Amino acid sequence: MTETVLSLRGATKRFGGLVAVNSIDFDVRRGQVLGLIGPNGSGKSTTLNLISGALQPTAGDISLRGVAIGGLRADKIAKRGISRTFQLVRLLPGMNVEQNIIAGAVFGHRRRWGAAAKQDAARLAERVGLGGKGHMAIGQLTYIDTKRVELARALASDPEVLLLDEWLAGLNPTELQVGIELIQSLRDEGRTIILVEHVMDAIRSLCDYCVVMSSGAKIAEGTPDEVLSDPEVIRAYLGDDDA
Amino acid sequence: MSLTGKEIQGVILAAIALLVVGALPYYGSDYLLSLGITIAMFTVLATSWALFSGPTHYISLATAAFFGLGTYTTGLGFESLPFWSLVLMAGALGAVLAALVGLATLRLSGVYFVIFTLGLAELIRQLITWGQNMTGQKGLYVLTDFTEGNLYMMLVALASAVFLVGWLIGRSRLGFALRIIGDDETVAAHSGINTAQAKVLLFMVSGAVAAMTGAILAPRYVYIEPALAFTPLLSFQVVIMALLGGVHRLWGPIVGVIPFTLILETISANFPNQVTLFIGIVFLIIVYFIPRGFAGLIEQARSWSQSESMA
Ligand SMILES: Nc1ncnc2c1ncn2[C@@H]1O[C@H](COP(=O)(O)OP(=O)(O)OP(=O)(O)O)[C@@H](O)[C@H]1O
Ligand SMILES: [Mg+2]
Repeated sequence: MTETVLSLRGATKRFGGLVAVNSIDFDVRRGQVLGLIGPNGSGKSTTLNLISGALQPTAGDISLRGVAIGGLRADKIAKRGISRTFQLVRLLPGMNVEQNIIAGAVFGHRRRWGAAAKQDAARLAERVGLGGKGHMAIGQLTYIDTKRVELARALASDPEVLLLDEWLAGLNPTELQVGIELIQSLRDEGRTIILVEHVMDAIRSLCDYCVVMSSGAKIAEGTPDEVLSDPEVIRAYLGDDDA
Repeated sequence: MSLTGKEIQGVILAAIALLVVGALPYYGSDYLLSLGITIAMFTVLATSWALFSGPTHYISLATAAFFGLGTYTTGLGFESLPFWSLVLMAGALGAVLAALVGLATLRLSGVYFVIFTLGLAELIRQLITWGQNMTGQKGLYVLTDFTEGNLYMMLVALASAVFLVGWLIGRSRLGFALRIIGDDETVAAHSGINTAQAKVLLFMVSGAVAAMTGAILAPRYVYIEPALAFTPLLSFQVVIMALLGGVHRLWGPIVGVIPFTLILETISANFPNQVTLFIGIVFLIIVYFIPRGFAGLIEQARSWSQSESMA
């Protein structure tokens, strides 16, 4: 049995009267790609926000390799080895591609500075398909390239767990194929990933295990085939479409 | 990291400039020296202000609070303690005050920070006025043997130190962290940067320098009182000069300080009632026409001429 890297127990987030995340439990094992799926507004991003420290949990425990991290500041959690991308891409507009990637390497989990950070940024740029674009300004990039920069920045700290919030959203069919292959290659590398995703093809081909959320609660878990044929999951998705 | 060719060029230029500027007391007239002091003072204040506000985009109006704190440190201590120790003490007090203000406000949004810093100078001014009323004083005499030349040299030394510190910060991880914070604070935090700590540290540097400037300049005023030492006009002038020059480069503010001071001197000599109007007009010009200041214009002109020559 491989080691559990991240675990959530009873993780809960309330916004006033709304329970956005309702007592969620799950474990992520080393090298696993865990799909966190569910209809719009079901609490996926909020769950990632609790894990990354963007939000403080109202209740429950989150631990990274057995050490409690729930409620810590985002920078402390980043230093312990969790990095992320954002549902709406967030880059540093005043810096070029290379500096954007270095930004992820300097203060995070595995820190590098100076020549080592530059070398690493070049390697990562190549890795995500941005080879030779290091000196481009952020404003000149295509949409998929902005996503690549964000991914490279998240990888730059060599995280224990990588959180991807709909990294594939908004790509056209050709780009989607490229994107899926890229995440597949991270999986082959042994990265531990939580993948929030709506694209069914991606979920089927990339995820080892899935947790399904609806209205803040976990309604199913299992392999992609298991959960995607679960009647309750189908109802949750269809119900969302009807609404 | 070693220096690049461009950096070596910069160091040589800076050394020559320092010689020319530093020797002013030996060749300049009294008027020129007095102008030099004003320019040196605003150079120090605007450059250190931009060290913090440039990358973080937080507009601080606390310059007068730190400056006044410095003048009062000298005013209260010059009879009993050596001057250099008062300057250092003012720096320490400025840093402590900045840390307190920073911890209280930098987690809040920029607007609260602006208002708070403006209020701070006023608060300290009121406190000192109240304290002086208790003892029946109105102000303090600061009588020393320093000549204008002495004060000028001290300011030039402080300015050099500020440029050196600013240059070192710019190359450091702290400087990089601040640029990331300025671009996107959420990204900064998720990249492992303790954003509050980075901002407070830089604010402390900036506050310490402003307080030291006040401490050095106290003897120039001979008589200091709260309304003079803590004048909000000083805070506004510093902001406008820094923005006029440009806060994206270390050398930016000085490009704003020199023309602004010269014009301001002329106006206050000839039309003393129009000073605030002038400051207002410069502010509008910055906002509407040169948002990146003179430094931005210069860099734009450079990149144009480069693309011309390449074409
Ligand atoms: N900061 C907030 N304040 C108040 N309510 C919030 C906040 N963030 C999220 N919510 C609410 O919490 C619920 C869950 O939102 P969340 O963004 O986690 O959903 P999601 O599963 O990521 O949806 P999507 O697939 O659309 O991205 C929604 O009802 C949302 O409106
Ligand atoms: Mg979401």
